[in-house]
Amino acid sequence: MSKVKYSKEHEWIKLDGDVATIGITKHATEMLGDIVFAELPEKGSSVEKDGTAGVVESTKAASDVYTPVSGEVVDTNQAIVDDPSKINQDPEDSAWFFKLKIKDPSEMDTLMNKDDYDKFAKETSA
Amino acid sequence: METKKTSLYQLHQDCNAKFVEFAGYQMPIQYSEGIVEEHKFTRNHSGIFDISHMGQLFIYGGEDLIKDLEKIFPLDLKNLKLNHSKYSFLMDKDAGIHDDLIITKIKEGFLIILNAACKDNDFKILKELLGDKYKMVMDENRSLIAIQGPKSSEILNDVINGVKDLNFMSGNWFTFENQKVYITRSGYTGEDGFEISIVNDFVHQLTRELINKGSKLIGLGARDTLRLEAGLCLYGHDLDKDKTPVEANLKWAISKERISKGDFIGSDIIIKQLNDGVSKIRVGIKPEGRIIAREKTKIFNQSDVHIGEITSGTFGPSVNGPVAMGYVENEFSKKNTKVFLEVRGKKHPASICSLPFYKKSYVKGVN
Repeated sequence: MSKVKYSKEHEWIKLDGDVATIGITKHATEMLGDIVFAELPEKGSSVEKDGTAGVVESTKAASDVYTPVSGEVVDTNQAIVDDPSKINQDPEDSAWFFKLKIKDPSEMDTLMNKDDYDKFAKETSA
Repeated sequence: METKKTSLYQLHQDCNAKFVEFAGYQMPIQYSEGIVEEHKFTRNHSGIFDISHMGQLFIYGGEDLIKDLEKIFPLDLKNLKLNHSKYSFLMDKDAGIHDDLIITKIKEGFLIILNAACKDNDFKILKELLGDKYKMVMDENRSLIAIQGPKSSEILNDVINGVKDLNFMSGNWFTFENQKVYITRSGYTGEDGFEISIVNDFVHQLTRELINKGSKLIGLGARDTLRLEAGLCLYGHDLDKDKTPVEANLKWAISKERISKGDFIGSDIIIKQLNDGVSKIRVGIKPEGRIIAREKTKIFNQSDVHIGEITSGTFGPSVNGPVAMGYVENEFSKKNTKVFLEVRGKKHPASICSLPFYKKSYVKGVN
């Protein structure tokens, strides 16, 4: 069974075998407001844990999207580039950002589980 | 310094506003529906904006005041009819813009609506220029709200009968709950609408009645996307002391009659720029694709030479794409000129376009 983990930068990550699907949390979308632009990493590129791997913009401002683990980008979700409002509608499922073939599974251990993330999100937005 | 609150603060809170500090005030940036929905609701229906942070400066006087104000503003004030409004600027001697404003002729003198961030400085400048000859009151006892969008005339007229007969850029005194309210047909969204000056104690009740008739509170976030789609300038971004009205492509707001005489502050530079042209000018910029080019984005020509900078840029919900304006060297200001915008280190194609991005639907009026 796959398990979802969360980063302090408000990304979620779901691991299936050695492929991780990454997106931004519902809490992140609520803080950002209406998302009107999304930029994703290039397929085939390598990304490093905590490095920039995309951008989302609301009507107000631009925010970087970070990758919570290192790996090679094997897929990106063109649907959210074509219609960024999908990210507000379904951030933690169909509006995923990119998939990685992960380099080091132990990096997953540095991330938060759902309860810890929810607590973290509540504290940091208070 | 403690941030100020407008008389509608509690109502904003009750409507789940997210607040932001703006010009020393706690102002609503958006409500629960969000900027895009608020923007569209204003375009399709009717939105209410709390703009009580803006300055409402009353200057009392007669013929002498008209003469003295003509030394300051590039307007033909002696021919401005009672209750008619003009868009203008407070300039320095180099025609740099201290503030942009709306001035209305009222029976007792003039009412000037000033930007919140500039109003205290404007008052100081005007006081220095006019001396103690005229009574000047920055009225803190009055709130200012705008109601904008195609249904606004009907909604406001239901509450305050007669407003629907106002022409664009003109106003009058009306009555609400035995209170005198001054209403002008104007706004900052590219839609038909009104701005209402009302004593603080009654603004909550008036706003509630407008909401009950189907209008909704709209935050500063949508106010910004609406005005940018309408091609309207925001002071501190598209206008400042380093820009003149001619460079800002706002020469339509300068009276031709006054230019021929040239006896107002900044007139030497204005006349020179009108005759010789300007080196930089404000233009509309439409990025290709969805990339958003925000304020301070550098603009390059096709030979990769830096030719200007974006001063406002966002996503336009009604245009359903990015919109921007900025200043470019004059030779690159022609419509359809291809340019490049540097966003996050990459250059993205865009073209110079005419303003507004979204077509106005003002009512017909005197202008």
